[in-house]
Amino acid sequence: MKILVGVKRVVDYAVKVRVGSHGVELKNVKMSLNPFCEIAVEEAVRLKENKGAGVSEIVALSIGPKQCQETLRTALAMGCDRGIHVQTDLRGDYMELQSDAVAKLFQKIIEEKEKDADLVLVGKQSIDSDCGHVGPMLAGYMSWPQATFAAKIDVEGNGLLVERETDQGTETIRIPKLPAVISCDLRLNEPRYATLPNIMKAKKKKIDTFQAEDFGIDLEPKNKVLEVFEPPARKEGIFVDDVNQLIDKLRNEAGVIP
Amino acid sequence: NSETSNHSFQFEIHFKVVQSPKFNQHQHFKMLSTIARRGRQQLSTSISIRSASTSTLIIAEPTNDASALAPSTLAAITAAQKLHSGPITLMSNQPINPATVPSSISHILNTNQTDSLAETIAASVQQAVAAKSYSHILAPATKFGSNVIPRTAAVLNFSPVMDIIEILSEDTFVRPIYAGNALAKVQSTQDVKVLTVRSTAFEKAEVDGSSASVEDLHVEPQSMTEFISANVSKSNRPELSSANIVISGGRGMKNGENFALLEALADKLDGAVGASRAAVDAGYVPNDLQVGQTGKVVAPDLYIAVGISGAIQHLSGMKDSKTIVAINNDPDAPIMQVADYALCEDLFKAVPELTEKV
Repeated sequence: MKILVGVKRVVDYAVKVRVGSHGVELKNVKMSLNPFCEIAVEEAVRLKENKGAGVSEIVALSIGPKQCQETLRTALAMGCDRGIHVQTDLRGDYMELQSDAVAKLFQKIIEEKEKDADLVLVGKQSIDSDCGHVGPMLAGYMSWPQATFAAKIDVEGNGLLVERETDQGTETIRIPKLPAVISCDLRLNEPRYATLPNIMKAKKKKIDTFQAEDFGIDLEPKNKVLEVFEPPARKEGIFVDDVNQLIDKLRNEAGVIP
Repeated sequence: NSETSNHSFQFEIHFKVVQSPKFNQHQHFKMLSTIARRGRQQLSTSISIRSASTSTLIIAEPTNDASALAPSTLAAITAAQKLHSGPITLMSNQPINPATVPSSISHILNTNQTDSLAETIAASVQQAVAAKSYSHILAPATKFGSNVIPRTAAVLNFSPVMDIIEILSEDTFVRPIYAGNALAKVQSTQDVKVLTVRSTAFEKAEVDGSSASVEDLHVEPQSMTEFISANVSKSNRPELSSANIVISGGRGMKNGENFALLEALADKLDGAVGASRAAVDAGYVPNDLQVGQTGKVVAPDLYIAVGISGAIQHLSGMKDSKTIVAINNDPDAPIMQVADYALCEDLFKAVPELTEKV
């Protein structure tokens, strides 16, 4: 089985973002591997470590500026075998490069460079654009089965058994035959820290670079962002002294309890 | 589109009708039918008129109780009414009683495939749009909608707009990015807008009964995925996403048994119980209670956060609540600055006292 894993470079999850004149300020802001992509990488590596799954190779794919090479090195240090960087300076946080173009780039990479990919693992959403489109859109473009919000993946014969999160809890679905696309949710696994020896080894692993414009895809956003603004601030709250005062406020001031 | 069998041919002729003030749509159709009939002979033709008017298809959220539409579907119907004044069609994989549907729904489609797998729903929408064109395709921004809409958009070759919290016009929307710390005003340039709408951002449409008749939509079964089983939490309490009062517990609850304190308060207030990611990850409660960026987004009249520190990701799931209360013995917890009323006290004393006195 050959696995292709999507890894996105995003604003670090702990950063409190500021809205500038052209979208969220990204200058000098700490960037990291998207947490859900990290979970996808971890799952790919675990599948490879599980000899029964027969994973031959894990290829990490990142789309974005030259700093994506760092993101790819992190994925390689966690255990991916080689990387592909599709270079573009278009902003990937919903402002310029949107999911339809990203999914189509994934499709081109599969069709032109990694024809024998059996499984694509991506994070369920990126924490900047918060769309969660790439996984299911890629599955739609490729006419491949999909399983989103995966909480558990088991290899079963020529296919997979996936437990996925739903609005009411979880459900289990079977994908009888690969290839398939799976998007990874929070509880799928806890990603490992790359060890120093693996970080050193990762420096020698291969990363191929391509230009996003060379794939013949319309990279223009189909949904134009006209404006980015901060949500209205909440009115400042108060500390209440005790439960009695709290009840009084809720009943008589806020009017939310009878 | 042609198929050959027994020397018979089937053609589909599509006419784009530009509305002329001299004739109405019905008269246009009659003229085209006449042309088709005259040209028939051994050919059978079907005419599909794509008019420039607007029309919305809503994918209903599957429910356990088919006697009523899901609250998220009702919110989606309100959202649809803000897009344009054209007809609204509701598509469901469960039988629908028109009496349980808002009057704004003019058509109801009931698909024959009862599973809610993305491949099935996407194929159902493809069938629906082959029969009639829609300017908007909508679903609630739930895990269901997030699973089916992107695939549906891709197979129709459109780029979706998800988790819309405000509709400014039929092509301009507002959606949150960066865990809701920024809002993006976005304008779709496509012929068809494929969208999901956040349920907490729209009032539930009134269920005043629809005069629509139910039309069957036949969809071929798909074999890419199979549904095996569901693991569903059952509760007598109001559903978390639509409850008016939510009491959530975090890491401060220390264990799952202590959530009984919150359940007692929830029962007294007729509210739902939620949880932070920390509580879910620690195994205190199941995952469908999680409120946050990667869990459910709620906006009740009253949200009580108990033993929750208030990480950015949790806040993004509840900061649109009308009134926020925080009970935490750490006055510096971020949630204390967000809350309208912050009570700095040991939750194991405060919660039972609140339950007793409220």
